[in-house]
Amino acid sequence: MKRSISFSQAEIDEIREMAAHYPDKSAASIETLKLVQKYHRWVSDEALVAAADLLDMSPAELDGVATFYNLIYRRPVGRQVVHCCNSVSCWMLGAEETLETISAKLGIGLGETTADGEYTLLPIVCLGACDKAPVLMINDQTYFNVDRDRLNELLESREEI
Amino acid sequence: MERPLTQNIKSDGSTTLLPDYLKTGGYQGLRKAIREYTPAEIQQWVKDSGLRGRGGAGFPTGMKWSFVPMNMPQTKYLVVNGDEMEPGTFKDRWLMEGDPHQLIEGAVIAAYAIQAGTAYVFLRGEYHLAAERMRAAIAEAYENHYLGENILGSDFSLELHLHSSAGRYICGEETALLNSLEGKRATPRSKPPFPQVAGLWGKPTIVNNVETLCNIPHIIHHGVEWYRCLGLTDAGTKIYGVSGRVRRPGAWELPLGTTAREIIAEQAGGMKEGYRLRGFLPGGASTDFLLPEHLDVPMDYASVGKAGSRLGTGTMIILDDKTCPVRMVLNLERFFAQESCGWCTPCRDGLPWVAKLLEDLVKGRGRQEDLAILERMCSFLGPGNTFCALAPGAMEPLQSALKHFRADFENYLPEPIHG
Ligand SMILES: Cc1cc2nc3c(=O)[nH]c(=O)nc-3n(C[C@H](O)[C@H](O)[C@H](O)COP(=O)(O)O)c2cc1C
Ligand code: SF4
Ligand code: FES
Repeated sequence: MKRSISFSQAEIDEIREMAAHYPDKSAASIETLKLVQKYHRWVSDEALVAAADLLDMSPAELDGVATFYNLIYRRPVGRQVVHCCNSVSCWMLGAEETLETISAKLGIGLGETTADGEYTLLPIVCLGACDKAPVLMINDQTYFNVDRDRLNELLESREEI
Repeated sequence: MERPLTQNIKSDGSTTLLPDYLKTGGYQGLRKAIREYTPAEIQQWVKDSGLRGRGGAGFPTGMKWSFVPMNMPQTKYLVVNGDEMEPGTFKDRWLMEGDPHQLIEGAVIAAYAIQAGTAYVFLRGEYHLAAERMRAAIAEAYENHYLGENILGSDFSLELHLHSSAGRYICGEETALLNSLEGKRATPRSKPPFPQVAGLWGKPTIVNNVETLCNIPHIIHHGVEWYRCLGLTDAGTKIYGVSGRVRRPGAWELPLGTTAREIIAEQAGGMKEGYRLRGFLPGGASTDFLLPEHLDVPMDYASVGKAGSRLGTGTMIILDDKTCPVRMVLNLERFFAQESCGWCTPCRDGLPWVAKLLEDLVKGRGRQEDLAILERMCSFLGPGNTFCALAPGAMEPLQSALKHFRADFENYLPEPIHG
């Protein structure tokens, strides 16, 4: 692994505060990785080594955790991560069409990031809003009933797309 | 009709802050529990109430609590399972976003009943709005002495932390959840020992579903008799939900034992114009299909079991006559194959194989013997053969689809070539 980077004092404080919720520091591993993403968007090797150090874990051990969870990104992602639900109720109500539309619009397939680094497109399992299918999540925001029309509206309103 | 769990939840999607929660009797159950009753008495109340777990397995809640060793002083934990990732399930999010204090109150009473000093809400990472609202409500609860040191002036203290997760369906399985909470990969643990005896960091731990705990304040506040009478067949109310091609998909709090017909035809407004009901999964992705002939089955634990399925999470997924059941099952099995944690071989290797066979089938590349292989997989991955219940759950929609929708599977088989 490459050399580690250093976190800002604010980041370190936030990690310490989170770790204080548990009798064992390493229990804060997932929340720490999420914090790294809050500031750096994804978890680079350097960030992983630095985080492992703070948590008294080996980088390999922390990487084992990082690679298990699908919301921990071990590869660069865009500023906006678009997660399209592909579970059963959304699939039944046209999620595949929604995905095709968004994929064509952004010019990328699942798992890809636009050249300008703005968007990453990823699948996600049921978002717990199946009565409002199809559903998608962009960063922290969930959007409901996203059929083709609503998607066009949405893409225009988030005009950056 | 009384709807204690959702009485405060507004239709505009806003949350319930402390003053409004207090207006409808909020924290009265906690006050009563902590001031007037011993932990053993609270456990007995919950046992007598007939409350069963709403996380999918339906285990009696009071009985679960009674397995916690109470006779020696030691660290104990209460964990709220807010992982809600079972496809087709959308009830816990509603409860947490709409009335977070109700869950907090339920958790504090549960912690008191087992004398836990620390509690965690394990929340799935995607639930950002629920996280925000839970955090705000937890802060309000600390400020008003419903959490923290000497709750309501008693000698009971509880720290409650929100733990936001980072994906993977398996985290909802209670022993995998404990590993995840300890900051590890979420692979399940072998049982026994059960978490009630050796759970989080080896200490006695109770894991309960969000909806389960939301019932607790009302049981204590209004009493066991009142609570039992809320249900038609089993005790209490249930959050039922319907998704798929119905007129008004949604979730409703109804008496436990409401029939599928009432839920689908009345609450959900029946099928959308131009669609007919072909079947339904009564309680999320890992339950067996039921058919239109089962519409009059009361949606309670025993009746749904007798009809050949499980109440599960109580949120139904509708199969309409224009959706192919084979493709629907393929979607489900792809989900399960992807979400297998990889710990045990039958599940790790079996589920992708099942998904591949189904994929080949719908692409017209199926072979006559494939249906028999799929059937064998249903028992091979069935109860008792895998480390946790993910794989057996995955087989439930498949085995029932093979039984009820056989012709749909066969129609995909290429015509045998006669020479
Ligand atoms: C693969 C799998 C996923 C599960 N996911 C959840 C879940 O997201 N939420 C939940 O409450 N229970 C889930 N469960 C059930 C839990 O293991 C456990 O039974 C439940 O949290 C206990 O709470 P209850 O007794 O209050 O229902 C899952 C079980 C399995 C096998
Ligand atoms: S059944 Fe599947 S999910 Fe459960 S332990 Fe085995 S591999 Fe993991
Ligand atoms: S299936 Fe997409 S939100 Fe549940």
